[in-house]
Amino acid sequence: MSAEPNYSITARDVNLWYGKFQALRNVTTNIKHGLITSLIGPSGCGKTTLLRCFNRVNERYGYVTTTGEIRLLGKNIYDPDVSLIELRKSVGMVFQRPNPLPLSVYENVVFGLRVHAEADALRKSALDEAVEKALTEVNLWHDLKDRLGHKAITLQLEQQQKLCIARLLPLKPEIILMDEPCSALDVEGTAAIEELMFSLKGRYTIVIVTHNMAQARRASDECIFMLLGEMIEHSRTEDLFLTPGNPKTAEYIEGRYG
Amino acid sequence: MNSAAGHVLFVETPAVRRKLRQEALAKWVFCAMAAAMVVPLLLIVGYLVVRAAPSLNLEFLLEVPKRGMTEGGIWPALIGTIYLVFISLAVSAPIGILAAIYLNEYARDNWFNRVINLAVINLAGVPSIVHALFGLGAFVYAAKFGYSIISASLTLAIMTLPVIIASTREALASVPQSFREACWNVGATRWQTIKSVVLPNSISGILTGVILQVSRAAGETAPVMFTGVVFFKSIERGDLFPYYLNEQCMALSMHLYTISTQVPGVKESIPYATAVVLLALVVMVNAAAISLRVYLRSRQKW
Repeated sequence: MSAEPNYSITARDVNLWYGKFQALRNVTTNIKHGLITSLIGPSGCGKTTLLRCFNRVNERYGYVTTTGEIRLLGKNIYDPDVSLIELRKSVGMVFQRPNPLPLSVYENVVFGLRVHAEADALRKSALDEAVEKALTEVNLWHDLKDRLGHKAITLQLEQQQKLCIARLLPLKPEIILMDEPCSALDVEGTAAIEELMFSLKGRYTIVIVTHNMAQARRASDECIFMLLGEMIEHSRTEDLFLTPGNPKTAEYIEGRYG
Repeated sequence: MNSAAGHVLFVETPAVRRKLRQEALAKWVFCAMAAAMVVPLLLIVGYLVVRAAPSLNLEFLLEVPKRGMTEGGIWPALIGTIYLVFISLAVSAPIGILAAIYLNEYARDNWFNRVINLAVINLAGVPSIVHALFGLGAFVYAAKFGYSIISASLTLAIMTLPVIIASTREALASVPQSFREACWNVGATRWQTIKSVVLPNSISGILTGVILQVSRAAGETAPVMFTGVVFFKSIERGDLFPYYLNEQCMALSMHLYTISTQVPGVKESIPYATAVVLLALVVMVNAAAISLRVYLRSRQKW
């Protein structure tokens, strides 16, 4: 266990290259347990890349070199003995476009359980329970309890996105990563997802990438500002927006560039 | 409202009329060329059917050739072609599909996989007569299968393999990447991803690609002629299992060649009827492929 028990993620000197292009430069930061931390910055600043480092899904896309260390719960996830399968069980990700699997609502929610357990270890009653619990947590149970057998693809976008969050919950993740989870949604959908984030915080550490500064401001506890692969500033959201410590941050949140 | 010069606004000018005439002409030329494609098809099929009419009946399908192949039916060739097609696809479809899954889902972009890709593309471009010679050397002589159904089927399998790989890869690539990401991000392995999401959503395309190879395998003459198909084989009328796999057999494509050019005095309608049967076989298989695809597509939604 690390010295600071209230940190979910501690990153030290993280550098990342896509081929020859360096996308992250010496990123060092601590993300607190149970809070919502937002990553902001102009396009191409490396915020999505950093997010993807936290469950090492970057490695599925071409040639990626990573140096430095990222500790989750004190364990460096770039250690050679780390199983990506177990890692991703604890660190789930929600994407920009809702991407429910082309299966029923029910099967989407239990997909993670099925992937991680032996087939005969899963009893129907346990699965049913997991579905109800997960859907209740994302406020979908009431709407969908009679439509569990429907194709998830036919739901409204907002419901799809909530379902994508619900899909992570049966695995009891430590951290939920969100990559611009509201950019495909309308105002009401965005509000619903943000409300959901508030209700999930505390139990889960949430890291959210957003290009929407207003969203970062109203929906996050802490805020990390990135520019050209470097972490410029990390502080409480109010402080970052009211009294930015770095002139680059001040100019960005004033809208001088980006 | 009229303009200052007294012209009415927004009406055709001579320049516009000239453009419209060119437009109409262009449209007609393109349409005529497209229609010209249909004409040969209709002529071929119509001509064949008319000339074949006297011989086209169920008896013709089930009967064996008689009197030195100048009369009778085509059963030995028909059943031989079915044998060859089924065995060749039973070999090439699993290999091709599994290879394509590797190439599309697992392979990274390195020299080894580039070599495989190059091999697939080049294999698809090899003329069938070259496949025939390869089959003769590899299966008939080297593997000591002799001139047999098994040699001929394997030769056809090699010939259809690259196309099955290509069509399967295309079907796999059409499955949205976001489905795979969703799986990876709950910790699914690649195989779990393939099994639960990728294959169920690409199976229609994969099967279509495989079935379309039936027509190719059924129509080729050279590869089977060199490796296991003979002029004539004496079997029972309507016998469903007339051949052993280590025997030679007859095939429709070869039979058509034989009775059209090698045997004197064949009843005039028989070669045409044989061609109609071969054509109908191919059309029916393609139709089956299309309806299967439509059916499977209707069940998937995204």
